[in-house]
Amino acid sequence: MACFLGCSRHEPPADLTIINFVEPESLDPAIITAQADMRIVSGLFEGLTRLEPVAARAVPGLAERWEISPDGKTYTFHLRTNLQWSTGGPITADDVVYSWLRELDPATASDYAGQLYYLKNGEDFNTGKITNASLVGVHALDKFTVRAELIHPTLFFLDICAMPLTCVVPRQTIEKYGDQWLNARPLPVSGAYELAAWRLNDKVRLKKNPRYWDAANTQSEIIDILPVGTPNTALSLYERGQVDIVWDKELIPTELTDVLLKRPDFHTFTYLGTYFFRFNVTRKPFDDPRVRRALALAVDKERIVKKITRSGELTTSHLVPPGTANYAAPDGLGYNPELARQLLAQAGFPGGKGFPRFEYLFNAGAGGANLNENIAIELQQMWRDELGIEMEIRQVETQVFWGMQQRLEYALSKSSWIGDYNDANTFLGMFLSGDGNNQTGWSNSRYDELVHDANETTDPAAREKMFQQAETILIRDELPVVPLYIYVGINYFNTNRISGIWQNMLDDHPLRCIRKIKPRP
Amino acid sequence: MNDQSLHASPGRRAWLRFRRNRTVVLSSWYLMLLLAVILAWPILLKVAGGDFARLHDPDRISDAQFSGPSAQHWFGTDLHGRDLFSRILFGAQISLLIGVFGAGVSLVIGVLWGAIAGYVGGRVDGFLMRVVDILYSLPSIIFVIVLVTTLGELLKHSHLVEASPTAEGAVRIVMLFVGLGAISWLTMARIIRGQVLALRSRAFVEASRTLGAGTGRILFRHIIPNIFGVAITYTALTLPAIILYESFLSYLGLGVQPPMASWGTLMAEGVEQINPIRIYWWLIVFPGGVLVATLLALNFLGDGLRDAWDVKSK
Amino acid sequence: MYFLRRIAFAIPLLLVISALAFALVHLAPGGPFDRERKPASPEIERNLRAKYHLDEPVWKQYGRYLGDLLHGDFGASMKYRNHSVSDIIAQGLPVSVLLGGLAFCFATAVGLPLGFFTAARRGRWPDYAGSLLAVLAVCIPSFVLAPALILVFAIKLGWLPVGLWSSPWHMILPPIALGSFFIGQVARILREGMLGAAQSEFVMAARAKGLGETTLLFKHVFRIALLPVVSYTGPMLADLLTGSFIVESIFQIPGIGVFLVNSTLNLDYPMIVGLSLLYALLLIGLNLAVDFAYTWLDPRVKYE
Repeated sequence: MACFLGCSRHEPPADLTIINFVEPESLDPAIITAQADMRIVSGLFEGLTRLEPVAARAVPGLAERWEISPDGKTYTFHLRTNLQWSTGGPITADDVVYSWLRELDPATASDYAGQLYYLKNGEDFNTGKITNASLVGVHALDKFTVRAELIHPTLFFLDICAMPLTCVVPRQTIEKYGDQWLNARPLPVSGAYELAAWRLNDKVRLKKNPRYWDAANTQSEIIDILPVGTPNTALSLYERGQVDIVWDKELIPTELTDVLLKRPDFHTFTYLGTYFFRFNVTRKPFDDPRVRRALALAVDKERIVKKITRSGELTTSHLVPPGTANYAAPDGLGYNPELARQLLAQAGFPGGKGFPRFEYLFNAGAGGANLNENIAIELQQMWRDELGIEMEIRQVETQVFWGMQQRLEYALSKSSWIGDYNDANTFLGMFLSGDGNNQTGWSNSRYDELVHDANETTDPAAREKMFQQAETILIRDELPVVPLYIYVGINYFNTNRISGIWQNMLDDHPLRCIRKIKPRP
Repeated sequence: MNDQSLHASPGRRAWLRFRRNRTVVLSSWYLMLLLAVILAWPILLKVAGGDFARLHDPDRISDAQFSGPSAQHWFGTDLHGRDLFSRILFGAQISLLIGVFGAGVSLVIGVLWGAIAGYVGGRVDGFLMRVVDILYSLPSIIFVIVLVTTLGELLKHSHLVEASPTAEGAVRIVMLFVGLGAISWLTMARIIRGQVLALRSRAFVEASRTLGAGTGRILFRHIIPNIFGVAITYTALTLPAIILYESFLSYLGLGVQPPMASWGTLMAEGVEQINPIRIYWWLIVFPGGVLVATLLALNFLGDGLRDAWDVKSK
Repeated sequence: MYFLRRIAFAIPLLLVISALAFALVHLAPGGPFDRERKPASPEIERNLRAKYHLDEPVWKQYGRYLGDLLHGDFGASMKYRNHSVSDIIAQGLPVSVLLGGLAFCFATAVGLPLGFFTAARRGRWPDYAGSLLAVLAVCIPSFVLAPALILVFAIKLGWLPVGLWSSPWHMILPPIALGSFFIGQVARILREGMLGAAQSEFVMAARAKGLGETTLLFKHVFRIALLPVVSYTGPMLADLLTGSFIVESIFQIPGIGVFLVNSTLNLDYPMIVGLSLLYALLLIGLNLAVDFAYTWLDPRVKYE
């Protein structure tokens, strides 16, 4: 027993300790889906562009410059000539092409491959319709030049080039080790940090990569990332000085936000994410838009935000968050219980009579926080009081929940969406007919037309207009979904001790920019 | 000890010993009081009506969030402003229900299994006990989680139960006590088997057999009534274990689902609120206090039963 | 010999357990790859399922699993796709063992004296107080005790860290939270054992021979009473190892207990089966060791 005690690890202490959220499922850029995982992966691997820390806009990364053709469909990237893997050896255009094709390869089974469907033949390659990878619209023109051909102008393509799914991964290691390539030590990386250690449920330790092209500007030597899923635990660890930073909107103990928000080390910001609920429009009586509108009009969103979430969220009648690039969302429906009652009566349920009992489905929130349940209870009360209809609430385990929502086995279901990139399309594209993330059964050809046309044009103003028209259909007329509020992100750290973090819409804070100013006593 | 007890039957003697044990008496009184309050409270609410009922409606949300104990809310309120006192009492119904039925399930399975194994003996005994060994080696938590999620789904899909949340809540409770009972009968089976093995060779059983009584008859007329005491004792000890296990499951979010509440879910809600800044102590102290007191009482009761029946440990 | 037979028997037992666990988890609805974001196309989902052979019938998957097992390959976790089950267990098991071991020491160090004391002072108020304490320990759930300990010692008093597992200071509160339940069990079993032993013929004879009360207590009664405690040790250690998940998650300790629960909730098939096998192996091994110790301690016991 004594030798065990002596066996506590002798590692140098980290310069920075961060609580990121739960254990990453993987660190393979091609298969991760959770935002928390992406934060770590962005430190290990880099793409043609990277996000700058202040406003999370795409700026040159592995590529130092690029040209875009006038029709917006061809991008020519020029890589830096001094790029090296952390273990030595140059990073070339072939590596970029390999990484993108790997992302699209059906054998990789990446959940995010859809983001590369903007490439010519990307979708066909990923779905197996064509098997010749050289037909896909990405090629290495020479050692340092990559050309990407798109199916239509995509204003946010440079943002996609910063996302982990397009980051450059080491071909030789992957070909040698297959699925276990992340266990190779040393692991060749293209980003600012190397993977020093990865112990499940213990920590991920990152060490500065001296061969990174911008290594001179990497601020911290060793960063420890701890997986903690419970808000109160994270807070306790932070209060006791065992960690320096906590960032993830799920890690806020909502019951304490009124106290915490007054503290200077708690930084809040509006976030590219919306909390809403879905209707299953294939199920009666929710196939009637009047019913959906009635339910939406009877929700007092202010009350939910003031009483339950209490982090200063903005209530919203539209889906796309304010502050999204190049876009001002149109207004949807407000709070009008009287109008709601009229609509319900028109739909054949005056005073709620005859309205069938229905269920609101949700999953238990992460880390024991009962946000979803609490909101469900409020909704139940509101609809009972204002409309006289009975709703039952039903909680299921998270895995079961996602399955049920996908298979449309629900009446109403709690939903949320975090944008993948800073553009309205990441929200509106979801509700195209037949999109895998639609999950409401709703289909509207005018909506589809507007969204597709918007993505075909290069004129940002015209695009914005078309998106606005589409969104109006979505959140004012048809309402397969009812937005409730915009997420607020919270980071907590002491600004007197930590520098290099700015609050932006994507809640993206490149690890390479963060620094502790003086060590904690 | 008076003369009467010397001539009394074993059952009566046990009862007298039982009565003399002070902690046991206290525990019994506590449990009876608890039961009375739990049963009377909903009736009281219905009868009193009006403001009193509304204030103490366990599901009614209000704006009085997180208020401490007061004249209106004797045990305080929770996040939604719901009256905690009422929630504890209604939650008690669920917890005790699960505990009693779960213990019942384990009693039935354990007794039958152990009795058959002990009495029939030979290959059957070997097989039955092997199964017990195997089940003993499986981590029960896996079994319970899978059981609770799977069977619930299957039951729903089979349309035996209508797809409404109330029915669903009922199904969940049934799944819980079946599941918890199903992992608690193993020790009981072993003990019963031991008892039956000892009984089997007793004279009166031999006599019955010579007279031609069949296995079933012997089992039910002679064996089982004589293991009654042991069975009841261990059931009384299984009850608190099941209630405790249910509270673990609720902590994981696998127990009863909202809007139903049990002591387990109330505890889980209370524990969630522990943080370095504000402590809503009543959310833990009251549900926890009632839970622990009840478990204590049940444990003392079980111990008392065991002391009463088993002469040796006097 | 008896023990060799039991060891030989363990192997088919493990096989049956693996089959049982395998079947059980495949019964549960949903699958390990249900995600919040639907993949871009149904083909991708098909590819994923095909890659992990989830589209094959269950018995075939089981056969494949057994084949891998014979090569020492427990498969890769389906949730943490870059980690193999054996790696995860290798990382987490030592931690859980240490935690369990410390809790065991704590439980016996407190439980044995408590049981002894209450038996020795039977019927008087130390007995009542001690027995009350023991029963109380059994009634307080660990998920209540752990946060309470954190609240008092880590947050309010600041003497100890709130969580994690990187220095001896971190190793004080968690074993206490984990072991408290077993203090009660150990104390009660020892007490009962001692009371029973005190009545036994063996001890009565020794007393008649004129042996002093203290010698009697320590040398004979206690040793006999230890036997039921020893046979409880097996299940106790096993429970410590698996019951650790609550303490591990509250204190953020990187053991395998958390995986036991989470993998079941996530339907991470290989992980669940691997952990079931591990648990079964440990339990069988522990029980065997305990029975062996039992024969060594009490020469009267003989297994045929």
